[in-house]
Amino acid sequence: MSTESTIWKLLEEVKDPEVPVLSVVDLGIIRDVKQTENGAEISITPTYSGCPAMDVIAMQIRMVLAGHGYLPVTIRTVLSPAWTTEWMTEAGKEKLLAYGIAPPNPKQQVCTPDYFQQEEAVQCPHCRSFHTRRISEFGSTACKALYQCEDCKEPFDYFKCH
Amino acid sequence: MFHLTLHLADDALILGHRNSEWTGHGPNLEQDIAISNIALDQIGQARNFYQYAAELYNANKDAYTNIISSPAFLQVIGSIDEDDLAYLRDAMEFRNHLLVELNKGDWAVTITRQFFMSLYQQLLYTDLQYSADKRLAAIAEKSLKEVNYHVRWSGEWVIRLGDGTEESHHRMETAIDQLWPYVGELFIPADFQLEAAASGLLKNPEYYREPWLEKTRAAFEQAGLMIPAPNWYQKGGKQGIHTEHLGYLLAEMQYLQRSHPGAQW
Repeated sequence: MSTESTIWKLLEEVKDPEVPVLSVVDLGIIRDVKQTENGAEISITPTYSGCPAMDVIAMQIRMVLAGHGYLPVTIRTVLSPAWTTEWMTEAGKEKLLAYGIAPPNPKQQVCTPDYFQQEEAVQCPHCRSFHTRRISEFGSTACKALYQCEDCKEPFDYFKCH
Repeated sequence: MFHLTLHLADDALILGHRNSEWTGHGPNLEQDIAISNIALDQIGQARNFYQYAAELYNANKDAYTNIISSPAFLQVIGSIDEDDLAYLRDAMEFRNHLLVELNKGDWAVTITRQFFMSLYQQLLYTDLQYSADKRLAAIAEKSLKEVNYHVRWSGEWVIRLGDGTEESHHRMETAIDQLWPYVGELFIPADFQLEAAASGLLKNPEYYREPWLEKTRAAFEQAGLMIPAPNWYQKGGKQGIHTEHLGYLLAEMQYLQRSHPGAQW
């Protein structure tokens, strides 16, 4: 196994502190991994400009890699190309669903700039009904919207398309 | 370049700070969370711009003494960082538009201001993502995705309140009348914007006046609101001549770092 794939494997141990079932690899925020002489250089991209988890994630990456002998660990932040939910892995989407968060739809169904547009068909992660409604486009974290299921009545988070 | 980047950062930070004043005071839980999310996006965007501004400053320190001369800032030893730019400058060294520093007012004022600013940022960042400066382009590309959400959210509220009850309609009219004199400044270029336009970094902001008016008119029509007749516009924010409101905002925002320099928690 090449050292870079070893680093990728180690990065799977680093979880998103706000959605702890997802690793940073599942989330698709690792843009590049480079082995340097004795250390590693990791490029990460934020999901949202103000995501408060980014500092914690960078620190955890340092700790995990340093714990396995990689020194120094350099973390670079890249903004372009901007992160999109399309970079989330299929495994990541399944983990989200099992955790009770509706994963981003594979394709953004509604992307016109119109106000009060037709809402996306979002599936309830609990009873799998599509009979759901959006309560707010902004949820408990920057990356999620708040929905409620009209059938089982459970409120739930939707990892919104971005 | 430094001047322009600082201006973009200041707009995002000051508006973000004003919106954060709603956190814990929103009209209902969902909207409290929404406006706090928007504040977070803006402060994140401000950080990206400030980090770049700090690098530009550190690379050529002596060039910017005409822009920043506050003693607290000049006392920083070695390289300055994003926090020094946010916390150690005095009001006259901020380059934000006057519109963003006005008090948050009632929900109608906050919504109307957000809508005006988000529409402007949407036009600006759409172009800036193709700027000759790759760093500004990357920040704009990232920010634009968030601003699109802000436009839709604030636009829906403009319509909901304008086309709502007699009371909400009246409050929207009052908010528009109060904010309109500060809108013109968005489209009156400052020297640093003219220089940026001349070197191909972004368009002269005058260019955005018509598209902005068109988008505003479209939402106002749905909301049953009128665009005020063109009148006299207040300006000066981009030159560092601010309203009294900015001083109070900075006093609150900067207090801790000024009293306990370098404090962390």
